[in-house]
Amino acid sequence: MPLVLRCVCEEVLSNSPGLIDMTDTVENKSAPETISRVVVRFAGDSGDGMQLTGDRFTSASAMFGNDLSTFPDFPAEIRAPAGTVNGVSSFQVQISEHDITTPGDNSNVLVVMNPAALMADIDRLEQGGLLIVNRDNFVERDLLKVGYETNPLEDGSLANYRVVEVPMTTLTIQATASLGVKPRMAERSKNFFALGMISWLYSRPRESTLDWIKSRFKDEDVRNVNTAAFNAGFHFGETTELFDHPFQVLPAHMPAGEYTNITGNMALAWGLVAAGQLAKLPVFLGSYPITPASDILHELSKNKNFAVRTVQAEDEIAAAGMALGAAFAGHLGVTATSGPGLALKSETLSLAVSLELPMLLIDIQRGGPSTGLPTKTEAADLNIAMFGRHAEAPLPIVAAYSPHHCFDAIIEAARIALKYRTPVIFLSDGYIANGSEPWKLPDVASLPDISVDFQTEFNHVAKDGSNVYWPYLRDPKTLARPWAIPGTPGLMHRVGGLEKQDGTGDIDYTPINHEKMVRLRAAKIAGIASDIPLAEIVGDADADVCILGWGSTWAAIDAAVQRTRRRGHKVAWIHLMHLSPLPPNLGELLRGFKKVIVPELNLGQLCRIVRAEYLVDAQVVSKVQGLPFTSTELENAIGSALGVFNTNQNGVDQ
Amino acid sequence: MTDAAVSLTTKKDWTSDQEVRWCPGCGDYGILLAVQTLMPELGVKPENTVFISGIGCSSRFPYYMNTYGMHGIHGRAPALATGVAVARPDLDVWVVTGDGDALSIGGNHLIHALRRNVNLTILLFNNRIYGLTKGQYSPTSELGKVTKSTPMGSVDHPFNPLALALGAEASFVARTHDLDRKHMMDTFRAAHAHRGSSFIEILQNCNVFNDGAFDEVTSRQKREEMMIDLHHGEPIRFGKDGHAGVIMGDDGQLRIVEVAEVGADAILKHDAHRNDPSLAFALARLSNGDSATSQSTWLPTPFGVFRDVVRADYSSMVSAQFTEAVSKKGPGDLKKLLKSAGTWQVN
Repeated sequence: MPLVLRCVCEEVLSNSPGLIDMTDTVENKSAPETISRVVVRFAGDSGDGMQLTGDRFTSASAMFGNDLSTFPDFPAEIRAPAGTVNGVSSFQVQISEHDITTPGDNSNVLVVMNPAALMADIDRLEQGGLLIVNRDNFVERDLLKVGYETNPLEDGSLANYRVVEVPMTTLTIQATASLGVKPRMAERSKNFFALGMISWLYSRPRESTLDWIKSRFKDEDVRNVNTAAFNAGFHFGETTELFDHPFQVLPAHMPAGEYTNITGNMALAWGLVAAGQLAKLPVFLGSYPITPASDILHELSKNKNFAVRTVQAEDEIAAAGMALGAAFAGHLGVTATSGPGLALKSETLSLAVSLELPMLLIDIQRGGPSTGLPTKTEAADLNIAMFGRHAEAPLPIVAAYSPHHCFDAIIEAARIALKYRTPVIFLSDGYIANGSEPWKLPDVASLPDISVDFQTEFNHVAKDGSNVYWPYLRDPKTLARPWAIPGTPGLMHRVGGLEKQDGTGDIDYTPINHEKMVRLRAAKIAGIASDIPLAEIVGDADADVCILGWGSTWAAIDAAVQRTRRRGHKVAWIHLMHLSPLPPNLGELLRGFKKVIVPELNLGQLCRIVRAEYLVDAQVVSKVQGLPFTSTELENAIGSALGVFNTNQNGVDQ
Repeated sequence: MTDAAVSLTTKKDWTSDQEVRWCPGCGDYGILLAVQTLMPELGVKPENTVFISGIGCSSRFPYYMNTYGMHGIHGRAPALATGVAVARPDLDVWVVTGDGDALSIGGNHLIHALRRNVNLTILLFNNRIYGLTKGQYSPTSELGKVTKSTPMGSVDHPFNPLALALGAEASFVARTHDLDRKHMMDTFRAAHAHRGSSFIEILQNCNVFNDGAFDEVTSRQKREEMMIDLHHGEPIRFGKDGHAGVIMGDDGQLRIVEVAEVGADAILKHDAHRNDPSLAFALARLSNGDSATSQSTWLPTPFGVFRDVVRADYSSMVSAQFTEAVSKKGPGDLKKLLKSAGTWQVN
């Protein structure tokens, strides 16, 4: 499966305050002004429903046909103390009429529900951007709680932004007064008021959100209040003088087809279902709840009619053990976790390496070490994935690069696991897992056949002439051993963690046999390199500088590479999906560049690997803030590698 | 079990070609023989049988059975076996484990397998010592035990394996010992017939590192007065001519009494099928009082089936949901799934 890159598409840039690329002359208020893209950020208290609001705005935009990319950013606490900076939950989405890969660096519009949200997120609003504030919450008590000694709405500190103050709470309570519900309940719907207002401002069709409210909320009062609040927000935009006119972002020119909006974890869960179908095997998921991987367990649990079994295990260790047990019994065994769980599953991976059974371990990386930043993204588990087992225990590693890519990438991971009878580690991260983007649905019939045959016959003639089954008699090409599952007459055999003799699988402690087995297991994994796509250069093959990326840095690299090339500079880019083994031509490609820079959400884990493997003087560009790279950060990194330019903080052309 | 089924296999069919590598005189040999002798009687086939073990002397067991088998990770056998049993309810899955494997490093997996009632037959070889690592105290070693790691005597309060299993609400709990093949076979047979988790503690002698650990109870000279043979529905009596018995005192505590002193009617009747596990728990505690006392103060010890109750087993319940999902939603359709979150068309 070749990596699909979008570098051919141009990302449009502008520094018009908040609102970009005017193409229509605005005559009157009701005529929307067309803009090519906009980045909206919703920020409020954890209990304010900002994720829901962002999600609905995204869905309405997706259904409308925009390209988009989202970045939910929320705290680990379910309900941190109300009104504090620690409790701020944000959702950023970029919608566009053209192909985009990132949720945008800084937002053009920021909606803040309280002073804490303002304090936490004002730096994410571009200079001159539109700031919409719920004025009702800017009272002394809330201001003091986050340390504002004066009201920023009044002290001039927001002079660089276009501030629109709206008493959202008051208006929501008024709009729902006739419904006879308690003010407390009405107040909770203020996020729908905000959603209504932004929906008007960006000319989103109302119907899809109204339909959704109808089906989502079973309680009639809640349904009615949310509907009223949403409509009130929409009409408020239309009738007040606060906004000059609405805007519209036209549908993107995307390849024809049927699309859905997909998060990484959803694509991953569906990819697992698909992998089971394509392998003609039942899927078994053993998992222990852990952020940000739990949604995979939730989604697979809903799909039992696809021959999917799920067990919520007593701990991470058991979850992995169950998956391996199921693999021994002939299922596609899967376990899903995040960093702390990966550490606990290490012993099971080692056993799986020794047993040479197929198994998938999914690691949705998050900030660490230890509990770290459970809801924030990081990609610092490459070292443990690559090296985190005792003794010589190599295994393949596959990494997804974007939400939709999880679907194809997990099928590829399953293909390798099944064909080579090996555990495979699949790396995603919190940014990919929770972020969403439009995905053109694949033609199911065109998905690869990854089925393998179980061993059902004897495969060796013993010295005494009898037919026997040798569980470690390898396929000479792949070095994979046969897979005979319980229930198969005559092929009863024992496997275990003790060193075994090649061929017979009998326990064998002899020195030469151990060395042979260590080398065979390593050769089997190394040999997979000839069964994966070659690394490909995107951009200018004759550039001096090459960006080497993996995982979710893809989106920001894509945007940064496009901008750099638009400036007339040459830059090359290689993005890796297979991290172990690496594509066989990677060393040769990297050695062809004067400079190789490796952007990573860690302190340089892939960089160290390529330096060690290829003796290439690669340099890392690190970020470990629990946040993805912005495209501007990478544009600057490329610029300084080229020694030619720098951009300002907003990523605007100089 | 039918007669035809009984004749399917012989002991030889269940014996692998691997050389058995336990120490000469180890109690494990007797257990292996009991299992290999029993299997043909059960009317099951070697290819449908899986033995899963952890790590330790006892955990070598699967290598010697001509079935499917996995020698797993220390403590993790119940987890590995749960994967096999849930994936394949058609298989007969056995777990072989020891006191260190099941009760120390794998304590969590054991209690959760029992709680879930996964369809497993769990044989716990209890020799009250770490054998494979050459003689450290185990979680069932008595207080004061002097070993390589406790030269001044152990200060760890030991587990009572049966009480622990009953605390996890295991649906089948039994005890047997390595010197009585018939008793082992009877106990394993009952365990195998039980649907759900069956837990059997086998008192097993480690003649190298903890020789004679159970002599006070199981030696031929002591057996008659020290072993209480439990039979469902029968009064709990033991000793020569059944002179001794078990009663429940007014305080709810079980006591060992002379039958002649209290009268035969006062003797407690064993009820293995009682849903409330408290009586089985009290019986489990009878053997050595608070179980923390030294080896020399053994009390008469019950053997046989303590508890055998009907409770839906996990593998069947998982399979039932699986079947229900198919009957409600129809077999999975990938095309439909991919469209399930709402789609739009780009022309």
